[in-house]
Amino acid sequence: MPKNVNLDEWRGIWVYAEQRRGEVSPVTWELVGAARRLADAVDTYVAVVLIGDGVGRYAEQAFAFGADKAFVAEHPELAEFRTEVYGRLVVDLVLERKPEIFLLPATTQGRDLASTVATDLACGLTADTTQLEMDVEKRMLLATRPTFGGQQLATITSARWRPQMATVRPKVMPRPEPVPGRTGEVIRLEVGDVGADAPTRVLRVVEESNESRILDEADVIVAAGRGIGSKANLYLVEELAEALGGQVAGSRPVCDAGWLPKARQIGQTGITVRPKLYVAVGISGAIQHVVGMMQSGTIVAINADPKAPIFQVAHVGIVGDLFKVVPALTQAVRQRGRRAVLETVGG
Amino acid sequence: MHAVVCIKQVPDTTEVRIDPVTGTLDRRGVPNIVNPEDLHALEAALEFRDRFGGRVTVLTMGPNFAASALRECLALGADEGILLTDRRFAAADTFATTYALWTAIQKIERERGPVDVVLTGRYALDGDTGQVGPGLARRLKVPLLSYVTAVESVDFQARRIVVRRHVEGATVTLESRLPAVLTCSADLNRVRYAPLPALLAAQEAEVTTWTVDDVGADPEQCGLKGSPTIVSKSFVPEPRAGSCRFFEGEPETAAAALVDFLIEQEKIPGFELAGAKEA
Repeated sequence: MPKNVNLDEWRGIWVYAEQRRGEVSPVTWELVGAARRLADAVDTYVAVVLIGDGVGRYAEQAFAFGADKAFVAEHPELAEFRTEVYGRLVVDLVLERKPEIFLLPATTQGRDLASTVATDLACGLTADTTQLEMDVEKRMLLATRPTFGGQQLATITSARWRPQMATVRPKVMPRPEPVPGRTGEVIRLEVGDVGADAPTRVLRVVEESNESRILDEADVIVAAGRGIGSKANLYLVEELAEALGGQVAGSRPVCDAGWLPKARQIGQTGITVRPKLYVAVGISGAIQHVVGMMQSGTIVAINADPKAPIFQVAHVGIVGDLFKVVPALTQAVRQRGRRAVLETVGG
Repeated sequence: MHAVVCIKQVPDTTEVRIDPVTGTLDRRGVPNIVNPEDLHALEAALEFRDRFGGRVTVLTMGPNFAASALRECLALGADEGILLTDRRFAAADTFATTYALWTAIQKIERERGPVDVVLTGRYALDGDTGQVGPGLARRLKVPLLSYVTAVESVDFQARRIVVRRHVEGATVTLESRLPAVLTCSADLNRVRYAPLPALLAAQEAEVTTWTVDDVGADPEQCGLKGSPTIVSKSFVPEPRAGSCRFFEGEPETAAAALVDFLIEQEKIPGFELAGAKEA
């Protein structure tokens, strides 16, 4: 099924604008920023694909973030994402307009849609990328992703097939500065009786008090790794987090063991965070964890093993027994915090 | 009820370390396991069979030694294990993998009867793409029910299923036609233990082995040849070595110095150096 295509027919860099319950996810704008950079390198346009019910209003925002075009498909049947329904719309649009690169978020929705579309189009798809570069001469996407459980990085290419598809992890690409008043072209799609023969039906959507959103918004995260030893010892990181005004998270082994809920898991198979301060306690620093936190402002590592890879990404660290160091840190933070409060009250 | 469960044998990546000297992956002594979430897919299939009777076929693609993963599934109660193995399947990306599994499922349907449901794990521990399940659904032209955390109801006669899916920030209840492809999360169920006699018996159990020719696959669409993507470069990320500022001494001393440093550098949001306001 893979076949050579006339590469010169395919131009433009597209971004799938993920929407949930009518709201476009922030990762969309991160992808638009990345697409803009790639497009400028080969002098082409950036388009967003907006599918949903009442999502057309996001076109202006897409233009402000750097898109030149917005393909908009709106219909009440499109309110909730459904793989088969959205997939067919996207495949038809791609075949009609022929973009050379198509980026989607590496979320549940983006991964499902990307794989469905790539299967239909018989084109290359790279999952879960963390870096995107362009080979300008060949107009070839160099998509780099963690592999082998995140312990290695691989640059994947799909030179002879179009579009070149990739999913990109949220919070990995910087969000561009919007340019108010920047404009573009809105192209409305005829959707007809979309969804009429769909094999699936959404019965209910129950939104959670989103634990991961708490981590998304946290300025400070204190994360526990295997070194914490047991659930009973978690109070150490909880106390430090509380003193710092932050949130508690964990590495995969800690969440797999049920010591912390899955929604608190940082890394390749958990979530990606970008707090101002990240404190890694008893985390060895396997890349599968590191990809989920390496964009943090300041990384502090506490680990008994001076050779632990976490110290290669940390900005500051203490080599030592976490059962002694962490309480000492909590104590130090509390003292400093108390001093600040006292002075404020006194002054 | 006929369920096909697609599994993958993976190295237990939690056991892989990077050699600090050479910077390469140290895979020595890393055990091969059945991808953990695939076992939850198998468990879901076995529970269907417990309730409705029928057949559970387990399918994998891999080298000869992947037969041991199938034997583990047989010990847990699967009726048949099928290994797709052929040099021409090697080095497949997710697109070519999906193609191969699809040809095998077609053969299963021809020779073992219609398939009501295909189950697999959400994603594999080593590749982590989550792409094979959706691709397989598309190839089979059946609905995709991904990230499934619960089966609310299923009726193989009426060919309907209702599942709960866990997506970012929400649980979605979805009704679907059958057949369908389900990708299963660890929350779906608790994997049963294999009784010891079954484990011992499975050591000797036969697995069915199929080649490219057996499943009637087009060799041009298999393995490396059939893969639209290639790995053009593979590397261990460059460490930011030497840039970590270490604080030493007794825990109290080191901790206090580190916290003071962070506050001085304005790295802790909401904390200010005492007296900073006056200055």
